[in-house]
Amino acid sequence: MEENKKNIAIEVKDLVTHYGPRKILDGINLTVKEGEIMIIMGGSGSGKSTLLRYLLGLGIPTSGSIKLLGEDITNLSANEMFELRKNMGVAFQGGALLSSMTIGENVQLPLREHTNLDEKTMDIMARMKLEVVNLGGFEKLMPSELSGGMIKRAAVARAIVMDPKLMFFDEPSAGLDPVVSAELDELILRLRDVMNMTIVVVTHELDSAFKIADRITVLDRGHILMSDTVEEIKNSDNERIQSLLNRTPSNEVINADEYLSRLTGM
Amino acid sequence: MPEYIAHRFLNVVEKIGISTVKFIEAVGYYFALLIESVAWIIAGSFYKQPVRIPSIFSQMMTIGIAACPIVFILSFSIGVMLAIQMIYNLKTFGAESQVVVGVALSVTREFAPLITGILIAGRTGSALAAKLGTMQVNQEIDALRVMGINPIRYLVSPALLAMLIMVPALTFFSDIAGLLGGALYTGIEIGLSFSAYIDRTMAALMVGDVMQGLFKSLVFALIITLVGASSGFSVTGGAEGVGKATTRSVVLSISFIVIADMIFTYFLNR
Repeated sequence: MEENKKNIAIEVKDLVTHYGPRKILDGINLTVKEGEIMIIMGGSGSGKSTLLRYLLGLGIPTSGSIKLLGEDITNLSANEMFELRKNMGVAFQGGALLSSMTIGENVQLPLREHTNLDEKTMDIMARMKLEVVNLGGFEKLMPSELSGGMIKRAAVARAIVMDPKLMFFDEPSAGLDPVVSAELDELILRLRDVMNMTIVVVTHELDSAFKIADRITVLDRGHILMSDTVEEIKNSDNERIQSLLNRTPSNEVINADEYLSRLTGM
Repeated sequence: MPEYIAHRFLNVVEKIGISTVKFIEAVGYYFALLIESVAWIIAGSFYKQPVRIPSIFSQMMTIGIAACPIVFILSFSIGVMLAIQMIYNLKTFGAESQVVVGVALSVTREFAPLITGILIAGRTGSALAAKLGTMQVNQEIDALRVMGINPIRYLVSPALLAMLIMVPALTFFSDIAGLLGGALYTGIEIGLSFSAYIDRTMAALMVGDVMQGLFKSLVFALIITLVGASSGFSVTGGAEGVGKATTRSVVLSISFIVIADMIFTYFLNR
């Protein structure tokens, strides 16, 4: 019952979004509690990356509301959004480190832009965060000199340098070998335990999802199929969820007329 | 078949309509970009998001100082070339000595700003488009936005300010290099001494002639930055998209520069 007392960190209500005329997300409702690790899972084209973009405030939804830390980002002023962003950290799929700067300068960038700390303090803070992600001593290197896993960890260091309350990960284990991917999972768990962050992870890696998740949200074709604990997801009898979990190809029933009209283009 | 022809005609009209709308959209985007970058330069500090002075200076180094040798070489050659052409033409009237006035006016009013603008469009405009395009593809622009760093303030405003300072400065440098080229060839060809050349140039030139060139170069700086930045931001589709945007920015800015040059020359000489 203690769970219910926790504050809600993210609340999405009836979110509908379009890409051009195409509807991508259709009536998404989602809540994430403070200190929780929420995994957003789904096949490609399910809309999970789109959902993340909107959670980050990178798009304007057709309708619905997105509340982060109690503030509705769909109608915040630019200045309020600017303040809110200081409490958010994002680790992008490819790291998205600025390639013209060293690792150390990348990690320092948010401090340099948002604080008036002196150079020495920023150096120390950047090194501390790099130690957290096991990249101590790499601050002088350029992003191009690092491996994929290291770039992702450096991106995490940059994301946590302002000690954010919310942390988002986009496909943290994509393109990594199993060992490095497991290390990143450990890192995510540690961030939550030590810094009490609320963490949202978008992924399609089942193993890592089951390992770190408090709750899992399964997206399919722009709808939420289920949003529940790992156990409940595993025990779900929903056909689409089971086919995602068991990696069985989806056997859609083909509508003969539609199929024919698609082929002929009539 | 009149119906067929009508159909073709409508197709053409539709295409013209679509490209007109696209063009107006692009011009609107340039102005929005201009207003936003200028707004950040003026008001950024009030929102605790200033345009950083060091990044302006580092841009000025790459745009301006690093371009000096090539600007000098090109402008010097233009000066020599103008002197050759004018001496050849003026010989017909036996007025070779008037070459000094000709070179001085054409270099300061026309060739120096134009050659500098075209060079910077190829050198800096394309680099700006490629940089922003690559950043867009690698999600670096998104990363900046989610860190609360406005990409226009962080990337476009310093470049704009640096261009507005450095392109006129380079144009002035180009003026001097062009006149030097003219002096060198005139000295060899008709034996006019260097100091006499300088004296006559000074007598022929008015402040307005130089200012006209510098004013045009300011306009070129605006064109190059806005076209380069908007081409970069509009990149979609990976490395190929970056290549296309780079080419597009060079072709567009050079075309706009030449057209703007014509328009401004007309109005400035009324």
